[in-house]
Order: sequence, then C-alpha cells, then structure tokens
Amino acid sequence: MSSNKLPPSYLQTGSSSFTEFLSAHAPELVPGSRTIPISAVDVPHGTTIVAIAYADGVLLAGDRRATMGNLIANNEMLKVFAADDYSAVGIAGTAGTAIEMVRLFQVELEHYEKIEGTRLSLVGKANRLATMIRGNLGMAMQGLSVVPLFGGFDLDRDAGRIFSYDVTGGCYEEHDFHSVGSGSLFARGALKKLWRRGLTRDEAVRVTIEALYDAADDDSATGGPDLGRRIWPTVAIVDAEGTRFVSDDELATVVEHVLDARREIGGTR
Amino acid sequence: MSMPFYVSPEQLMKDRADYARKGIARGRSVVVLAYDGGIAFVAENPSRALHKISEIYDRIAFAAVGKYNEFENLRVAGIRYADLRGYSYDRSDVTARGLANAYAQTLGTVFTQESKPYEVEIVVAQVDDDPADDQIYRLTYDGSVGDEQGFVAMGGAAEHVSAGLQERWEAGMDLGAVLRLAIELLGEDPNGGSARTLTADQLEVAVLDRARERRKFRRIAGSLLEALLSTDDPTSDVPHTDDEPGVHDTHLTEDEPEG
Repeated sequence: MSSNKLPPSYLQTGSSSFTEFLSAHAPELVPGSRTIPISAVDVPHGTTIVAIAYADGVLLAGDRRATMGNLIANNEMLKVFAADDYSAVGIAGTAGTAIEMVRLFQVELEHYEKIEGTRLSLVGKANRLATMIRGNLGMAMQGLSVVPLFGGFDLDRDAGRIFSYDVTGGCYEEHDFHSVGSGSLFARGALKKLWRRGLTRDEAVRVTIEALYDAADDDSATGGPDLGRRIWPTVAIVDAEGTRFVSDDELATVVEHVLDARREIGGTR
Repeated sequence: MSMPFYVSPEQLMKDRADYARKGIARGRSVVVLAYDGGIAFVAENPSRALHKISEIYDRIAFAAVGKYNEFENLRVAGIRYADLRGYSYDRSDVTARGLANAYAQTLGTVFTQESKPYEVEIVVAQVDDDPADDQIYRLTYDGSVGDEQGFVAMGGAAEHVSAGLQERWEAGMDLGAVLRLAIELLGEDPNGGSARTLTADQLEVAVLDRARERRKFRRIAGSLLEALLSTDDPTSDVPHTDDEPGVHDTHLTEDEPEG
C-alpha cells in the first residue's frame, strides 16, 4: 500500500452520502456510471423476491436461483441482504449490478450513520435506494436492469414497511405484501390467498415459503427448495429487534411441512 | 519597497510548532487505554453532540483533542478513507496502520505548507482478536506518528496524565478499573490544585469491544457508565450484545433506550 496523504476531496466539506463522495472521487466505482456498448449480453439474472408484512414487522424472502438464458447460472445465489440493522433488501434483475448496488447501499447507510451520528429514517433509506436505481437507468435501457424490493422497520411509527421500485427509480410504498422478479406473478397470486392481517412470525415464514414454492412451480427461472443439496430460500426478518435471517434448520422444517401438506392433497395444488 | 525579513527554517518550524502546541494545550485531555477486553476512550466532554471520540470502521476508532473543526474534518476524511477502501477491496483490508499513515502524511503537509498548522492531536486505535496485536497510534500536529503501547494521553494535561498512567496502568486491568484510573487522573490538577471528581455526565466514554461481532465500537453513558465507575458495583465490563441493535450506545437492560 502506498502511504499517500489523504486526497483533497477527502478533506472537503460535503454531504454525508458515500455515493456522492464516490461519484466525485472515484466515479468508476459507482454502479451504472459506465458506458457499455449497445448489444445484448448474456449475464446471470436473479429472479423472485417476496416481501410480506406480519404482526411485528416485515419479512423478505428470495429463491436461490440465477439464470443465464436457458441455463441455471447459480443454484445457491443469495439475493436477500441485510441493508443495516433495521432494513433488508432483496434484488431481482442482473445479478452482478444488483449485488454491487446492494454493497454500495450497505456502505451508504453505515457511512451516513457514522458521519452524522444518527440513523437515516426508513423513508430516507428507501429514497437513497431509489436514487441508485435511477442512476442505473442507462444500463437498464440496455438490458442490465435491477429491481429491488426494500423492507424495514420504521422506528418512528413502530411498524414494518415495504417499498417497491421500477427501473426508472420510482419508489412506491406497498401495503401487506409484494413480489418482484420473473416468478412474482405466481408468488403474488399465492400471497393473495395466503396472506392475512396479523400473521405471526412462524405463519409468515410459512406463507413466504409457500409463495416461493408456487413461483418455482410455474416459473422456470425461479428455484424451488432443493432437498437433495439442502438449499433453502433466504428469509430475512426485520422487526423491532432488528434484522436477522431464519436459520437453515428452521427453513428445512418449514419446507418439509409445506411438502407434506401438498402431498396429502395429492400434489394437485 | 520593503525587503521581506529572512526567517530561518528552524525558527519557522519552531514558531508553527509552538502555535499548534499552545492551541492543543488549551483543551481538555483525552485518554485512550487498553483493558482486558479491548480499548477504552475517555474524554472530559460535557457536550452530548460534539464528539471527541468516534467510530471509523469495524475495528477502528478515533479520538482527538484540539480545534473541533479541524479534527472533525480529519474524522470525516478518515471515515471516507475507510469506507472507500473497504468498499473497493474488503472489510478486512481497512487497517489502523494505513489510516495512521494517511493522517500522518496529511498533517505533515499541512504543517509545512499551509499558512497555519492544524491545532490537533489524534489517536487511531484498532482492536484485534489477540490483545497482543492491538494497535494504538498517536499523531501530532506536525505529522509525527507514535506506535503506543497500552495507553496514550493527549491535550492540556497530557504530561501529568501520562505520568500517572505510566505508574499505575498495567496490562490486563478490567474496564471498570481503567475507567476509574483515567477519570481520577483527568480530574487531577497538573498545577497541584485540588482534584475534581468527574461525574458520568461530564464524560464521553467509548470502547472498542473485542468480544463483539463486526462493528466493535460502542459508546457508554448513563447508568452503565455510573455502574462501571462505582467501586461498590460489581459491573466491570460492557454487555457484548445489544437488546436493541443499531444503537451504538450501550445501556444497562433496565435503561430506556434514547430516542
């Protein structure tokens, strides 16, 4: 490592946004800032994410498959991440760009917290993410789109909230439940029948697994639970106690129950 | 036309150093010292908003004395340095040594080239899984770096406090013991006057807690700090987990979290 002094831009007074600092100081590191040739490229795509509200907060879950054309590019990709202590983000779309964006978003939130000595509000976080998606519009127009789903616990309102996005950076608050990605139509259909107000944590985990199972059933780009390799969906829970992930053992049990229930009715559902 | 006076480089540097030293000596002191579970930072600072101690990155923290706007500028630059480095390489590639180097170069350049030197003194400290690998760097206004073992005192009463620590600090003390020692020394008058007793609300205290996951920096205030400072109370360390995450202040369980 060269022991250079801090570049002048580090010492300049500026905003507490890491992304703004990055755009000024190292623009090549900002997702969406590159110019790419206009041609379709075959890159891994992540697929279905669901978010549901339950009694104490929100729950975000995603399948583990990434596809590249008709190929399965990855069967254990993680697409749901903890954004900070009180929020989580799931991503559908171009995997490389999406994961880069999530990493930047995580640094952005922590950076703000360290510089300001206080956390961003939940809506503030949702809007920061919208700005990042907006910055990626050029790449989205060329097929490298990223569509996140953001869920968090609003400490001011004492409630979980869900935000969805479109490729232009539009940010919309969703109520009850939402889903994005190629299998989202089927997942949303399942959620319409399974979701109800005031679900408990365990019921909510079960409902998201069911919804992802239905998405995988009808969408080839969404991966179902893989019993052979023991690969389960990723499920993040965000409530007043913070963001955490449901353990593999618990997910295995829930998946077994879902499969048993479906076997009982003859696999017709 | 008047001729500019010739000033020898020795005189010039001496004048600048005197200027910076005077500025720093006016401020209250900060003590950074190792304890069995990590590194503790203690400052006499009645303000709850203007911090002298701050988190830089997962294992790294920052403490400063001197002019607020100048060290705040360095603190923000340090967070930018650490976050950019961690973002473009990996979190484990952000080290106190790298940051101390960058600060040293910056302070050195400002000292020789700007019209006035920074009136600051800073400490960059990092905890490691093995206490033997803990690092405490002290940086002065002219860019000199010292790799300190165990403890550092900065600010107005630095010499007096250092002498006290030299005599009484030893490796492996618990958090309660190092805090009481630091606060006793900070309360003493270097000129031999009567000692003050500093209370929890006049202090800014934080730790880099080795036992924590990832972000090891925690501020300590309120009844937890009072319990640690009291010799009657058995509390001798901070809790290593939070009841409520993200609050980088640690509390006793019965305390209402702020905000």
